[in-house]
Amino acid sequence: MANKRIDEPTGVETVGHEWDGIEELNNPLPRWWIITWVLTILFSIGYMVVYPAWPLISKGTEGIWGWTSRGQLANETKAAEAARATTLAALAATPIEQIPGDPKLLAAAKAGGKAAFLVNCVQCHGSGAAGSIGYPNLNDDDWLWGGNVKDIEFTLLHGIRQPGHDATRTSLMPSFGQDGLLTAAQISDVADHVLSLSGKAAANANGAAVFAANCVACHGTDGKGLRQFGAPNLADAIWLYGGKKEQVTASIHKARAGVMPAWGGKLDAVTIKMLAVYVHSLGGGEDFSEAPTTPAAADTGNAQP
Amino acid sequence: MESVVARAGWWLVALFVAIVAYANAVDAGFAVHMVVFALAALAGLVIKLTGTNYKLATAGFGKLVPDQGKYDDDLVRWGVILTTFWGVVGFLAGLYIALQLAFPVLNLGFEYTTFGRLRPLHTSAVIFAFGGTALISTSFYIVQRTCRTRLALPGLAKFVFWGYQLFIVLAATGYLLGVTQGKEYAEPEWYVDLWLTLVWVAYLAVFVVTLIKRTEPHIYVANWFFLSFILTVAMLHLVNNVNIPVSIFGSRSYPLWAGVQGALVQWWYGHNAVGFFLTAGFLAMMYYFVPKQAERPVYSYRLSIVHFWSLIFLYIWAGPHHLHYTALPDWAQTLGMVFSVMLWMPSWGGMINGLMTLNGAWDKVRTDPIIRMMVISVAFYGMSTFEGPMMSIKSVNSLSHYTDWTIGHVHSGALGWNGMITFSAIYFLAPRLWGRSRMYSQRMINWHFWLATLGIVFYASAMWVAGIMQGLMWREYGADGYLVNSFAETVAALHPMYLLRAFGGVLYLTGGIIMAYNVWQTIAGNLRQEEPLYQPEYSADADRPLTAVPAE
Repeated sequence: MANKRIDEPTGVETVGHEWDGIEELNNPLPRWWIITWVLTILFSIGYMVVYPAWPLISKGTEGIWGWTSRGQLANETKAAEAARATTLAALAATPIEQIPGDPKLLAAAKAGGKAAFLVNCVQCHGSGAAGSIGYPNLNDDDWLWGGNVKDIEFTLLHGIRQPGHDATRTSLMPSFGQDGLLTAAQISDVADHVLSLSGKAAANANGAAVFAANCVACHGTDGKGLRQFGAPNLADAIWLYGGKKEQVTASIHKARAGVMPAWGGKLDAVTIKMLAVYVHSLGGGEDFSEAPTTPAAADTGNAQP
Repeated sequence: MESVVARAGWWLVALFVAIVAYANAVDAGFAVHMVVFALAALAGLVIKLTGTNYKLATAGFGKLVPDQGKYDDDLVRWGVILTTFWGVVGFLAGLYIALQLAFPVLNLGFEYTTFGRLRPLHTSAVIFAFGGTALISTSFYIVQRTCRTRLALPGLAKFVFWGYQLFIVLAATGYLLGVTQGKEYAEPEWYVDLWLTLVWVAYLAVFVVTLIKRTEPHIYVANWFFLSFILTVAMLHLVNNVNIPVSIFGSRSYPLWAGVQGALVQWWYGHNAVGFFLTAGFLAMMYYFVPKQAERPVYSYRLSIVHFWSLIFLYIWAGPHHLHYTALPDWAQTLGMVFSVMLWMPSWGGMINGLMTLNGAWDKVRTDPIIRMMVISVAFYGMSTFEGPMMSIKSVNSLSHYTDWTIGHVHSGALGWNGMITFSAIYFLAPRLWGRSRMYSQRMINWHFWLATLGIVFYASAMWVAGIMQGLMWREYGADGYLVNSFAETVAALHPMYLLRAFGGVLYLTGGIIMAYNVWQTIAGNLRQEEPLYQPEYSADADRPLTAVPAE
């Protein structure tokens, strides 16, 4: 049956089968192929001896090196923690206002703060901390609740308008339009007045009157804001919710009340400290001065120096 | 006549069942799918009733007996047309989702056009529609010729072919409607799975009975691979889709396997879908079309035996390498890795047999664009089956896992190996099935070859760079031991690579469209007047007698 012949171009004998004109040569298995295969098998046997490999009744074989993936993770975590331990202890022991003065600690705090920022803060404030509509830019020197390291640390610990957290920074601007406190015309006038403070609109006498009657308590007569209430400066070029007429009108009609979570309890104290130092270092950080009225009077929770 | 009535009766029953299921449907996706079923049954009924020759039937002839002196190639002809069609659809979907990754605005804001729904549409269109139709039709072509017998159970073969097309339509519409069981490459819901099970058992029956009634003494190696593909896919499909429906009139179901067991079953399925659908099945195509086109004997019979049995034995264990560094126990991860490493040489056995079959015909690489496609296909097969074991090594995997490197790996296999071998099979089959002397245009095949090859190079190299960059950025630690990059930064860094990848996709899709045009013109019976691709050299200067030159 077998119809063997010598294949002319290669000089190799065929096996003798034929299907639809297809024949097969009787070449041996390539030597390098067998050797490489045996090497992979030997490697695999060695690997299975050394590492956990075969399932037994209650658990698998453990391998002579005793390696486990959980063990490797625990070891690497422990090593990383040990490498950071001294620095973290020094950061914990140093009062936060002294960290910016110590170049070594400052560098360590900035590195750790940036890492924590990339995980926890970029979702709202952006990778470059530049914020967006409704989320403050942390690179500038315009601070709603204060811009020295202690203020920033307080904001981080207690958040802004964090529900169910007594110490959180809080304030509430009235919804002048929605609650019928001002008419649409009055809101339009006062919006013009507000914009005139930064030269973006002509002066509006009616608006100035409405402003004096309703807004100065928090934003000040000059509209430069008051950090005690987190009231923004209206006379500069920085607008958290946009500086167009319709955006300002909308803010007066229905007040904004942005929320930032209280990170105390979620992140450890040193991480929060490092975050505060990092945010402080971004460009707009203010110097901390030991004012006589330190926030020992923490009864209001948002007292400012 | 009775058989006409009985067959029509079955179609009517199927139509009735679909309508009842539609009337009771508890969700919109299920209702739409029952309408699809009903339309398919209606189409079957109409074709049965209008396609019957009643004069003959009433005279007592059940049906015309087809010419037993020819192979049964009707389905293969449909297969060539539909493989080409699904290929272009799948490449287009792939290009679109590649652009979505670069430009998210292309999600268009509709639930139906989000990446999450179009991505399984793309993967299923290329793997199951393009690849699956190619496998079914080439297996029908090859098994008849290598067994020297007509296809067994021709009625059932029709059911297999058209039933599989219905499965594709159900799967694709399901993805758009959000009907999915959320398992990669096994997205279709329980009732579509049951339908595919019926189709697949019928496929096995047609194939095995044809093998049994062969007139050749031996079973050709291509048929070993086809049989292992059909059997193993049946097993994988059944085990991974053991689901309990919430309602028999609804599209939701829950899997029996939960947690890490479910993950292991899923990746045992997923990996062997690659192993037996995209590797074994396409090796079967290679084992027929390469020796036929090269007109050379297969390099080594012994190698084909050893690499066949070692490949199918080792592949089935390698699934856990998809779950490195997860909740899967360490011992299972180790086995997944070492079996993948040991799989390297058995996979390369196929490459050696494919390439070395060209011994004595290597000059055809220069002259025959189809051979060129086959060579690049087998070369990509070898590249991917080296890359796969390498990526399964845990220390490599810790870098490559979850990155675009995986996407690049899959596509060098899918575009290079599966795509190119299928294209060459289509170019081999089309002239023969429609009785033409050659394809409409050889030059267009050459254009397709270069566009597809360049497309793969852009795609794969962009994804290698993207994946390795992504992996390195994820694990980058600063001097103080903190991670350097946020996730969003790593995404932003990929943008240029995503553009290059999409460009590769444009090239590959263009090649596919050229193929579709070429196949269409070939079927229409046209031959393009063109310069031949290769002509032996002719020099007018040398074409004269040697005369003595006077000395100076």
